[in-house]
Amino acid sequence: MISFEHITKWLQAWLNAHMSPILVLAVETVLIVILAIALFAVLGLVLVIMERRVAAFMQIRMGPNRVGPWGLLQSTADTVKLIMKESIVPTHADKFLFNLAPFIVMIAAMLILAPVNFAQRFHIWDLNIGILFITSISSISVIGILMGGWASSNKYSLLGAMRSGAQIVSYELSAGLSILTIIVLCGSLKVSDIIASQETGWWIFKGHIPAIVAFVIYLIAVTAETNRAPFDLAEAESELTAGFHSEYSGMRFALFFLAEYINIFIVCAVGATLFLGGWMPFHIGHLQGFNHVMDYIPSSIWFFGKTFFLIFVIMWFRWTFPRLRIDQLLNLEWKYLLPISMVNLLVMTVVAIYHLHF
Amino acid sequence: MGSFTLIALAIAAIAFSAGGILIAQIFVKKTTNIQKGEAYECGIPSEGTPYNQFNVGYYLFALIFLVFDVELVFMYPWAVVVKQTGLPALIEIIIFFFILFMGFLYAHKKGALKWM
Repeated sequence: MISFEHITKWLQAWLNAHMSPILVLAVETVLIVILAIALFAVLGLVLVIMERRVAAFMQIRMGPNRVGPWGLLQSTADTVKLIMKESIVPTHADKFLFNLAPFIVMIAAMLILAPVNFAQRFHIWDLNIGILFITSISSISVIGILMGGWASSNKYSLLGAMRSGAQIVSYELSAGLSILTIIVLCGSLKVSDIIASQETGWWIFKGHIPAIVAFVIYLIAVTAETNRAPFDLAEAESELTAGFHSEYSGMRFALFFLAEYINIFIVCAVGATLFLGGWMPFHIGHLQGFNHVMDYIPSSIWFFGKTFFLIFVIMWFRWTFPRLRIDQLLNLEWKYLLPISMVNLLVMTVVAIYHLHF
Repeated sequence: MGSFTLIALAIAAIAFSAGGILIAQIFVKKTTNIQKGEAYECGIPSEGTPYNQFNVGYYLFALIFLVFDVELVFMYPWAVVVKQTGLPALIEIIIFFFILFMGFLYAHKKGALKWM
């Protein structure tokens, strides 16, 4: 069976046989860069079309279905349209910061890809503090958002950026605490170790009720962190036009948009890694036959399946819940989610110390 | 691969963004218009500058966030070793949470978490 692991091993061996070590490193770096950019572009296209089709499905309508088979090329056509659009810089804007903001958001989105395990032994850099790295880099993108909103010289943008800052900063806490509940169980920040600890079962099944509570809190918190409905106050169309990126147009807007979708993918990938076992197949106890069948499905399909399931859930939220008011939003975090996740972490610590989990 | 890849990824992000913007520059037909550079505030001419004082209303949340974020940084190494350390780690984190929660309750009583 061909998997990513075999391809990378074969490539490594082939390169080592034909080139000097420095050249091998250079070639591998170039390959990684190309793959990362390709993943970026493909994910952007796929997630936009998925968002629109899911929205259409929820509202019992067709959605985009004219461009290409089943409308699959719609987002490609939209990208071409965005390339043709002029990218306007407002006359009163702070030109340097206005141009810098999309770059910061994109760099943050790209760097978070590094520790994610896409398949069995298929990752860019599996560093030993992977999860800490992901949480720290993901908080950089708020700087880009604040920068873009401030530099636009537009009242709506400024308000949207401020709201976005308060929101991302608040929900980071409960997202971090719910990540910690899983770290307590497996005792490592390395992404591959976390996945390896779920070989006998995913943490959401093994970790009793605290793991399920942490999973729910994590989903709510990341929905808020990625500025998605029902927490999309930062770009509430009906009150702030488009929030922090209402002055952005053309490719600069496309970059913000792309980074937003990549962030959704990454938080869902982290959620799948922590709670749903990353690329680990679904196993039931000692049912050997069933487990063998599950092992036959490639690990990359497991990973992307779980990630896209979580993305679907987050898109589902958008069409189920009405938008919150800013004070309700902050109340939800500070008065409910934060105390609950703190208590939840304590319960999980007791579970972990006395080995009450499976 | 090592930390070298991070630099490569950052360069990739910059190249991707800059490439996109530059390619768009080639195709774009530029038009000039006096009103084009104005801030878009739903069609109404913009009044004054946005850079004046206004009540943000959530700066207190940012202050409390700082406290909690420092706590989170402390808790990552704690979470890694808690299984090996056992009961002492649990007692320590309960004391730590107690002190933190007192501060949180104080902020709550002072009305820092109330919307103004």
